[in-house]
This record gives sequence, C-alpha cells and structure tokens, in this order.
Amino acid sequence: MEMRSTEFKTRSVFAIHDGGLQTAMGMLRDGFVAKRTLQAAELPEFEQLREEAKNLKNHILDHLDHYLERYEASVTAAGGHVHWARDAAEAREIILGICRRVNAKVVTKGKSMVSEEIDLNEALIEHGMEVVETDLGEYIIQLADEPPSHIIAPAVHKTKDQVSDLFEEAHGGPRKTTVPDLVNEARQVLRDKYFRADVGITGGNYLVAETGSSVIVTNEGNGDLTQTLARVHIVTSGIERVVPRLEDVTLFLRLLARSATGQETETYTTLSTGPRRADDLDGPEEYHVVLVDNGRSKMLAGRFRDMLRCIRCGACMNHCPVYGSIGGHAYGWVYPGPMGSVLTPLIKGLDNAYDLPNACTLNGRCASVCPVKIPLPDLLRELRHMQHQQKITPAMQRHALSVWRFAATRPGLYHFGEKLAARMLSFAGRKKGRLRTVPMASAWTHSRDLPAPAGKTFLEQWQARRGGR
Amino acid sequence: MTAKETILDAVRTALKRGPLDPAGMQALDAHRSAHTRPAFDEDLVERFVRKFESRAGTVSRVARLEDVPAEVEAHRARFDLPRRAAVGGALRTLTWPQDWTVHHAAAGIDEALSVTTCLCGIAEIGSLLLAGGPDNPTTHNFVPDDHVIVLPADRIVRHFEDAWALLRERESGMPRATNIVSGPSRTADVEQTVQLGAHGPRRVHVILITA
Repeated sequence: MEMRSTEFKTRSVFAIHDGGLQTAMGMLRDGFVAKRTLQAAELPEFEQLREEAKNLKNHILDHLDHYLERYEASVTAAGGHVHWARDAAEAREIILGICRRVNAKVVTKGKSMVSEEIDLNEALIEHGMEVVETDLGEYIIQLADEPPSHIIAPAVHKTKDQVSDLFEEAHGGPRKTTVPDLVNEARQVLRDKYFRADVGITGGNYLVAETGSSVIVTNEGNGDLTQTLARVHIVTSGIERVVPRLEDVTLFLRLLARSATGQETETYTTLSTGPRRADDLDGPEEYHVVLVDNGRSKMLAGRFRDMLRCIRCGACMNHCPVYGSIGGHAYGWVYPGPMGSVLTPLIKGLDNAYDLPNACTLNGRCASVCPVKIPLPDLLRELRHMQHQQKITPAMQRHALSVWRFAATRPGLYHFGEKLAARMLSFAGRKKGRLRTVPMASAWTHSRDLPAPAGKTFLEQWQARRGGR
Repeated sequence: MTAKETILDAVRTALKRGPLDPAGMQALDAHRSAHTRPAFDEDLVERFVRKFESRAGTVSRVARLEDVPAEVEAHRARFDLPRRAAVGGALRTLTWPQDWTVHHAAAGIDEALSVTTCLCGIAEIGSLLLAGGPDNPTTHNFVPDDHVIVLPADRIVRHFEDAWALLRERESGMPRATNIVSGPSRTADVEQTVQLGAHGPRRVHVILITA
C-alpha cells in the first residue's frame, strides 16, 4: 500500500472529527480491552507466561540462523518448499512466479500482515489475477479499497451501515441491514471463491522448526478453507516467527488470544505440514513458504532487537490512548499504534515517518500489556533520539531543545526562569484566573484555557513550607 | 550470494558470530525452554464440557460408539438437515440410517453435515485436536454447516503438551493438517458483534462416549 505516514497530523485531525470512527473506537475500548483484563485475571499464571514468552523469544532470536535452517530442513522433508526473500520486491517476485507457473486465475487470501507489508495484492492484480481477501474484515476493506486500520480487526473503523452499503454495491440484490444477514451474505459469496481458487495465501503465526509446520490462528475458519481448497498453498511469514518445538507454540497460544481479543482461545488453530499426501482426499498439491526479511535482520543487529519479539496481537494499540483517538489509518502504513510507530520508521525509513514516534505520550500502557514485554515507550524514545541526531527533527524544535538543555543543566538559571515565568503568567491571568492564549503555546490553548499559576514556583512553596515546620 | 545466504549472513553479523559448530547445534536441539502449564483441579471431562460449551459448542453423551448414529440422527432432525453426511473413514462400519446418503470422500461445496473422529480433547481450554488423513479429510472440519465430532471420554487429555505427545506417538508422524477446533466458526468483524457461522460450521456438536 501507498506509504502515507508523512500525512499523520492532517489525517489525525480528520480522524478526531469523524463521528463514525469515534463510535467504533469507543466499541474497541469496551470490547477488547475489557475482555483482555478479564482473561488475564482468570489465568493466575499469566504474568509468569509473559516472562517465559519474552525469554523464549530472546532465545530464538539469539539462535535465529539455527532455527531457520532446522525449519527449512523439516519443511523440505515434509515435501514443501522454502523460499527466502531479502525484501518486499523479492517476496513479490517469488509469489508471482509461483502463481504464474501454475497459471493462477483466482487467488484467495487468509489474513496476512506480511502480505500487506510487501504490497502483494496490487502485484497480483496487476498481473491479471482475481485476488479475494477471505477474512470478513479484510474482505470489507478490500471492497472499500482501504488499508486495514487494526492488525487483527482490520475493519474496526467501519460501521454496520457502511458495510451494508459496500455489500449492496458489490453483491447487488436486496440490501442487508443486520449483522447475521451481512455475515451470511459474505459466507455465500466467499464459499464459491474458496472452491474456485488456484492459489491460497495465508500468513504464518508460528513456523515450527521441529516439524516444519506453519501455524495459523483464526476465528472464522477462512484461513483453513483458503489453504485446504486451493491447488497451491503459499505461506508468507517474517523470519522472526520461527519457534523450536510444538511446546513453544503452546506458550504463545496461551498468551495470543487472551492478549488480542480477550478470548481464552480463538476458534481454530491449524498446523499445516507439507502438501497433500499420496492417500489424502483433500489438501493442496503444492506447499510453499516465503520467509521474508525486509529489514528484520537489520533490526536484530541494533537497539531494536526487542521489537522482533512481537507476536502481532494488537494489545498495544487496543490500550493506546493515541490510537484510541485517531484509529489506525492516520498512521499511514500497514502497522498502526505503538508497534507500528516502531516498525514503520525502521522498515520504511526514519524520515518517512517522522510523526509516528513523536505521537506518543509515553504513558506506558502498551508495554504493560505486551505479552512478550516489548519496552515500546523506550524504543519510541530511542527513535526520537535518532531523529534528533540525524537532524530529521525540525530545526526549530532542535534549537528549542538546545536552549532548554542549556538552562536545565544550570539550576540557578533554570529556577530564575521559572520564577519569572510563574510571576508573569500569574500577573497576566490575575483577573480571570486563567489564560486564553500563551505565547508559543497556541496549539495547546487552541482548545482549552491555561489555569493561571499561583505566582510562586513549586520549589519556592516547598521551601517555604519546610521552613515553616 | 543467494537470498538465503544473504539473510543468514546478516543474521549472524547481527549476532556477532559465525555459524554454530555441530556441538552448539546439538545443544540447541536438546534445549527445552521453560513453560508453565496452567494448574487446575477440575475433573478433565467436566472442564472440557464446561469450556467447550462456553464458546457455543454443544455436547451430548452416549454410552457406546454404536449409539453414535442415532445421536447424529437426533441432531440432524433437530436442525432439519438433509439426510446426507460426510462421515470420517474410521466410522464407516457403524450402521447409519438406511434413508441417508453417506459418503467418506472430501466435503463438497453443498455439504451440510459431517461426522468425524478426533485424536483427543484438551481439557485445559475445552478444545478438540483433529489429525487430518485419509480417514479424516480436512474439508469435513470446515465446509459443512454442521460438524459432529465423536470423542471417547478417556481421550480427553489435560494440557496441550499431552496432545503434542499423542501426535508424536503416531506412526505416520505429523499429519498434513492438524486442526484444533474450539467451537463453531465466528466473527466479530462487523461492529464487534459476535456472529456464529462466519465461514466454517455454524454448529459444532461433540458426542462424548462415556463407557
């Protein structure tokens, strides 16, 4: 998808004034957040599991080369093929190559964020293929020609009426207005696609080195129909998603659904191991896995290795006050919210996503719910630091920071400045007790008044009180 | 350099080391990471049923395997389904109602009802593990509107880990498709409203064999 992270500020303003979006965001808070809290409380081992999951991911990353090679050997032994892609373009080429070789006309897709990351749909459509997203949320936004606004609930920003409109236009026939009717209509339309599909593409939540299996987790069963009924199954996954053994899958499964949707488990967890066997009655004739690097090995080298622990649950965005106010589209690329604000600049370039690391209040809620304990606020702060060093931060802001640092490292000067400001502001607001405008803070006072300070600084008052004891 | 070499090279550079030696690899293959299994005292069957039903799955009990066809017929009649079923190969010797059309092939696009076996139930979260194969086509688990699963009560294991152990014991090794099913298909993609029967079965019914 087109990269639009540079428009973050404009898009945020529109989002805040979008009534439909604000209603949808309210439902997200009441839904996922409340349910996750409940699930975490019901499992006494939850915190212990988070710690174990963090340690396991760190162990895997420390030996990533070994587990990837083991995984490839297991896939090959099961009759499948592993392809390695250095970047998005190479991944597209590999998948296009397979699709063209088998003369694919209809390609069905289960939900895959990596496929969004590598702009796969556009490439397939450009080559004349019919691409059908089968996850209901993804299907809705495909009809709307929009990117996902959430990594596990891609159409969370759409209201029922908007879905009714989209379905009426795409499917014809009488307009459906209830959720059951809408879901049923999509079920009927997509059923036909599954059975006609030449290639089915899914993501891979986990790649099991021990068995060569790829694992998907869904509630709808769409991923399973996609990968079972197509002639060829292609898995797209990041290189960091490999796990050593089946038991390691369990550890993440115990955390994933609880963190993501607040369910104890999703409805379906499926392990796919190679293509259809000689005596099988169904299943794909070919099984391919495309392992995508696309910036991940670079992340492994630097200060952002922690980010590679991410299991794509979406808990960070569900709990983020900024995401909750503006939704996912404002972030301008595939991954929104806190995890997206770290990943987007790292994959697409620091200067292409300047606003994202800065649109964070550092409140820390994301880190407190992350199932693999990624220190997201620290990583965002680190990105700001890099932007400053590389002079991507606007000159005005950098100079202002330099002035502040000059003062802040000289306590006498700093306290003098504080005293001066407190007295001036107190004087200016003496009549009403509040200030409607403050020089250089118009953005802040645009929508609210600044209460006038007491006239004395905190330190002055503190010292006076201590002295009075 | 091939893409594989480039990526592995970059990974090793990032990790500040070269390829592992055979001893290092052996140590990793023997490595087992720490995993806590959720503790519970509840009876395995009771817990399985309670958890499975909490996600809109249904459970009925019969004494013997021979009682399964009558129980499936009751389910069929209750939802007024056609007298036709895709039946897993392991259940082909059971006596199915005479006016039914029973087949053991993959499920077709209009399949309404399937009856399958499973490898085991998992009490921890009340899920079923189905191992695909010639007797258990994967389409049976996803295409029909109604999916009936036969589960002997003594095949309910405590944790996921016990289910993996059963998988490893199989002579044929890892199935092509291993499906963990936890209830009927569902979606909440329209306004976070839960709706059953998104793409997979609208109803999943477990027949528990108690004898």
